Amino acid sequence: MKLIEARGLTKEFRIFSRSEGVMGAFRDLFHRKYRVLRAVDEIDFAVDRGEMVGYIGANGAGKSTTIKMLTGILVPTAGTVTVNGYVPHKQRESYTKGIGVVFGQRSQLWWDIAVIESFKLLRRIYDVPRADFNRRLQQFDDILGLSSFLNLPVRKLSLGQRMRCDLAAALLHNPAILFLDEPTIGLDVLAKSKIREFLKEINNEFKTTVILTTHDLGDIEALCPRVAIIDQGKMLYDGLVDNLFSQWGQDKLEDIVKRIYMGQKPEPGLAGGGVSLV
Amino acid sequence: MFNRLLLYLELVRMEFVNNLAYRSFYFTGILNYSIQIGAYFFLWDAVYVGNRVIGGLDREAMITYVIIAWVVRSFYFSNLDRRVGTDIRDGKIALELIRPYSYQMVKYARSFGEAAFRMFFFAFPAGAAIYLIRPFTLPVGWDSVAMFVAAVLGAFVINAQISMIAGFAVFFTKSPTGVYKAKRVIMDLLSGLLLPISFYPGWAREIIQLLPFQAVSYLPNMIYLGKIRGAAAFEVLLLQVFWIAVLGFLAHLFWRFAVKHVVIQGG
Repeated sequence: MKLIEARGLTKEFRIFSRSEGVMGAFRDLFHRKYRVLRAVDEIDFAVDRGEMVGYIGANGAGKSTTIKMLTGILVPTAGTVTVNGYVPHKQRESYTKGIGVVFGQRSQLWWDIAVIESFKLLRRIYDVPRADFNRRLQQFDDILGLSSFLNLPVRKLSLGQRMRCDLAAALLHNPAILFLDEPTIGLDVLAKSKIREFLKEINNEFKTTVILTTHDLGDIEALCPRVAIIDQGKMLYDGLVDNLFSQWGQDKLEDIVKRIYMGQKPEPGLAGGGVSLV
Repeated sequence: MFNRLLLYLELVRMEFVNNLAYRSFYFTGILNYSIQIGAYFFLWDAVYVGNRVIGGLDREAMITYVIIAWVVRSFYFSNLDRRVGTDIRDGKIALELIRPYSYQMVKYARSFGEAAFRMFFFAFPAGAAIYLIRPFTLPVGWDSVAMFVAAVLGAFVINAQISMIAGFAVFFTKSPTGVYKAKRVIMDLLSGLLLPISFYPGWAREIIQLLPFQAVSYLPNMIYLGKIRGAAAFEVLLLQVFWIAVLGFLAHLFWRFAVKHVVIQGG
């Protein structure tokens, strides 16, 4: 039994297309034209417990939409998805107890209250026993160095500090799966490496499954043996990073990914055995 | 179940403490309310020249009505519609969906924390200060006081539910300010805050009586004044319970729809 299993996962958005000019605006009042955008197009995706999978794609490729379906935020248009034994969008309240989510672009902590107060509230929200809570907080503090700003409100933190707090917050209830949507966006090299080190340790110790979207291929190289590449809603590649290197005969992941985004195929003859371009 | 209750109580406490940090915000609020109450006092003072009785209220009752209506409003009023509307417009509602709690209950709990703060630091002191400047009529008996307190709690819930639904309406209109303004005008007019419902022409009264708004201001005020007592006051509470059930169901439908159709910016 896979921890995450999605089949034919599809999400369509209906986008209202405005007509031009005054007459057009008038027409729109009575008859609206919609165009359908397929953000995620029949994706199959399976992840085992304890895996760390990188999920990459150009802007607007459908990464975040996929993550939002896996976390139960968005309802898929078609296809099936089960995660940790639940159908995310149907069994929301029980399902979300077992996952942690971090969106790099926005904090989930309460803006105006001290970080530690947010953590205490999260302890209540997820029913974490006090002893477990204290132990984990201590451990996160050891790696991430949180103690110096635990008493500050989130609005006073730097981006790097905020991100560390968000990560700790997402893991206080020891979730089986951690979803990270661009966790290193806008961070300096030191903050990045701290976060990578932390994720590695968490994965190692608690066997937490990590799904991570990013534009920084350094994250993938540091953390994820496996990578999934999506473009225009379709899965282009899902397999080991190492196989990408042997397939393409290149030594820089960035060059390979660039080529994949541009729609190129690896030169035949270089492809290693058992590797599939989906 | 019990754990959830603890969580919501914790949120009430947190919001209460949170508000303590923003005291200056309330000083401007106090000024605002003083001007409102003062203006209406002079208005009604002028309208009630001689010993007139309008809509079943004499001069003294009317002035008490205005004061009580505004002081109670300072308790039940909340920005819930704006908060929910902003959550929807900015896509923050997505972040709420990954939490194992009820979004609406969290919002209500935080609103109640804020209301409790306003009650202690705003409604009580304001009421006492006004009483010192211009004594108004006190409730006629303890039964009226008890029923009034219950009715004000009901008013808080109904107002919060209406605000919640208005917030969800942003999902359809995509024009939040229009929704907030419409809600505010409807609430001010039809709840009886600006004008007791008994002042309206018969046909308007008949319509207003079929709507939930009058249970927020007019009916609790009439209980305070002793114009509604005993069994009739109890019926007001029952009416509030009825509207709480209906509005709760409506809000639930809106929520279900919003969750299904939530659209968030970004790839």
